[in-house]
Amino acid sequence: MSALLEVKNITKIFPKVRANDGVNLTVEEGEIHAILGENGAGKSTLMNIIYGLYKPDSGELKLSGETLNLSGPHEAIEKGIGMVHQHFMLIPVLTVAENIVLGAEPGGISYNKKKANELIREISKNYHLEIDPDAKVKDLSVGLQQRVEILKAFYRHAKLLILDEPTAMLTPQETEELFGIMRRLKEQGISIIFISHKLDEVKEISDKVTVMRRGKTVGTLNTKDTNEQELANLMVGREVVLRVEKSEYKPGDVVLSVKDLTVADEQNIEKVKNVSFEIRGGEIFGLAGIDGNGQTELIEALMGLRQIKSGVIKYQNSDIEKLPTRERYKLGISYIPQDRQQEGLIMKFSVADNLILKEYKDSRYSKNGVIQYKKVFENASKKVEEYDIRPTDYTLLAGNLSGGNQQKIILAREVGSNPKLLIAVQPTRGMDVGAIEYIHKKLLELRDGGSAILLVSLELEEIMSLSDRIGVIHNGVIMDVLDGKSATREKIGLLMAGSQIDAKEVEV
Amino acid sequence: MSKVLKSIYMPILAVVIAIIIGSIIMLATGFNPVAAYTSLFIGAFGTFPNIANTLANAVPLIITGLGVAIAFNAGLFNIGAEGQYWIGAIVGTWIGYYFKGLPWYIHIPFALIAAMVAGGLWGGIIPGFAKAYTGAHEVITTMMMSYVAIYFSHYLLEFGPMMEKGSVPQSPLIKDSAVIPTIVPNTQLSYGIVIALVAALFVYWLMYKTVWGYEMRAVGFNQRASKYAGMNVPFNIVLSLSLSGIFAGLAGAVQILGVQHRLYDSFTSGYGYTAIVVALLAKNNPIGVVFSALLFAALGTGSQYMQLNAQVPGQLTDVITGLIIFFVAADKIIELFKTMFKKQKKEELAS
Ligand SMILES: Nc1ncnc2c1ncn2[C@@H]1O[C@H](COP(=O)(O)OP(=O)(O)O)[C@@H](O)[C@H]1O
Ligand SMILES: [Mg+2]
Repeated sequence: MSALLEVKNITKIFPKVRANDGVNLTVEEGEIHAILGENGAGKSTLMNIIYGLYKPDSGELKLSGETLNLSGPHEAIEKGIGMVHQHFMLIPVLTVAENIVLGAEPGGISYNKKKANELIREISKNYHLEIDPDAKVKDLSVGLQQRVEILKAFYRHAKLLILDEPTAMLTPQETEELFGIMRRLKEQGISIIFISHKLDEVKEISDKVTVMRRGKTVGTLNTKDTNEQELANLMVGREVVLRVEKSEYKPGDVVLSVKDLTVADEQNIEKVKNVSFEIRGGEIFGLAGIDGNGQTELIEALMGLRQIKSGVIKYQNSDIEKLPTRERYKLGISYIPQDRQQEGLIMKFSVADNLILKEYKDSRYSKNGVIQYKKVFENASKKVEEYDIRPTDYTLLAGNLSGGNQQKIILAREVGSNPKLLIAVQPTRGMDVGAIEYIHKKLLELRDGGSAILLVSLELEEIMSLSDRIGVIHNGVIMDVLDGKSATREKIGLLMAGSQIDAKEVEV
Repeated sequence: MSKVLKSIYMPILAVVIAIIIGSIIMLATGFNPVAAYTSLFIGAFGTFPNIANTLANAVPLIITGLGVAIAFNAGLFNIGAEGQYWIGAIVGTWIGYYFKGLPWYIHIPFALIAAMVAGGLWGGIIPGFAKAYTGAHEVITTMMMSYVAIYFSHYLLEFGPMMEKGSVPQSPLIKDSAVIPTIVPNTQLSYGIVIALVAALFVYWLMYKTVWGYEMRAVGFNQRASKYAGMNVPFNIVLSLSLSGIFAGLAGAVQILGVQHRLYDSFTSGYGYTAIVVALLAKNNPIGVVFSALLFAALGTGSQYMQLNAQVPGQLTDVITGLIIFFVAADKIIELFKTMFKKQKKEELAS
């Protein structure tokens, strides 16, 4: 093997940060090279430099030994560098073929559709990237849109492919498919730079891994000679607790009991079918499943955000299925919704205001309809400190905080109220290792205090490491409830895919 | 303090740019901008009566502007404040002349409250419920209701039930007991200004210190998160449009009781539309509404004086108003100028 790409001492300074600070990186021919780093470490910046989008302030780029002085992405493309951005750059109303050839159409001005489709079929075949060239991009799943982006690169003869956080928006299955594609590309001699902040993914797919922290490359390792713990420590810059240490499972009384619950979506299609399960105090009940198998509808029904068709929801022995959302909160139920920016926070409210989003009517924060801002600020300064929300100025708008700190606002509000039942939907989505560690710790503290937790996550790893019991949902049916200790990845995966045809309703 | 500065910086910049472009236009068309602006200023603030008239002009703009700002705060565009103003004016006029022998302290509040209720129903109940439960867009419904209100006033005044005997389409004069007294004799300035200022303080308190305001603003920023937080979103839509109508209705009645003393037949008061600009320039801050209403009131009173003394056509103030609207609405453009300017400076430093 010989070096395809060499990055030497690259520095890039933005008005407020040194996004890249003396970065070094060597990518060999035909290797999958992972770049690992927390959000804001400078990964995307480095890739944009390699792709010619940003000009570095100093340093040198070499491709196959030849110095690169890129004036823009068109030149990078010419030299065989392709990039799939974190946010796709496709035009939804155009077809797959039109998107791929855009800007480099065969036949020049008179776009030759037949030729284009032919070319794309040929590339699809060569690289095993099956796709229908005539499909409209807006009708494709995220996984397939990504495939279009990859094809775009190979249509332009890429030999180095940059994938910026390609798995961030994929389901576990789509991720596996992507890894399959990456392996085949590697066999054909393509070099791939794979960016991620997920340790297990990096471990699984890469040959080498370079870790970045605060704009610096802190080391390059052979993947097979390292482990997740070492990578996590390098990435965060301190000793990280990866394996969550759970205290003994001591289930208490039943807190939430769902019986024969059926919920339909807006088109009156049943999305949750006759579901029954129970959650006890002092336990984390993990709900595993592929996205779109009824989790959203189930949770919305539990929270009173969606009407149910039939069934009973019992909370501490009283029926709550007819109560409005607010009344359920008042009973001591907390909720971390999936989309923190759209559902969990008012981005244009201050941190302090967001911290009382569910309790502003409570006598602690308002009297006779007037909000007691003194109390609100007291609460805010306490929560900001306790949950380490940064920056600590709670009069800032929530929208000005980073994703991790936004999630901490929600966590402070929902966990800080000491709920009897917490429903947490993907509480660590898009977070980096340090923040995930923190959130997991808080969830476990709550459990050990005797609360019941319903944890919905698409990350199997997370479900398996936290849950005392695991329910697997497929097509609106709970396929089985497994013991958290003995459940295996394979077993859950099979259930997620619906492989138990005669799904039995499990009473627990 | 720096936060206040920051938030009034853009509106002031918009006004300054509008004034500068106004001068360029005057120079290009052969007028003297210094003379024009001087006489504009004298017309608006130069003498005691002028100041009084400017303040008087600001009263309906402040109160209607508050109404529009409430709706904006809740993420709703009440474009029909004009109609709600008319409904308030009609109801205020009718109560003002129809009821005899009431003491002023009953007659005036009675007329004002009835006008507020009417404006609230007009703006809130109908467009509010239509929006909350059928999704009908409030821009369309408030606009439609506005036309209904104005044509209704034509019906009432043009040989209809509210027309005074005679041949001029106008209502009878309201009873003395319903008149809001003037503060400065021989000007239009009545105690309505006190009502306007109290209203501004009240709306500020309501929107920023109470549970209601918290909810309305939350719904305005993000309906989905508000629903997830357990708020009743449809209720808040109806509430904010009702409040919006209540203030526009109040403005109509205050104008009748304090200034006009009777309802005239006309197609528009103009206040409902200018109020939208007032609220926009104030960035929907109730205290800001007072100042931005004063600015537009001053442009109004000053323009006549300018026309007489500097021979600059009064329409120039309309041009300036238009430019202010443009730059307020286009504050993104100003931001762009700012960043471009910054970049340029940096590049100069670098090279
Ligand atoms: N165009 C930009 N202008 C200013 N700052 C930027 C820009 N792009 C990124 N940054 C900053 O540079 C740092 C690194 O960002 P980025 O490369 O996107 O990190 P990563 O991809 O590792 O999450 C962050 O602090 C980010 O805020
Ligand atoms: Mg990135």
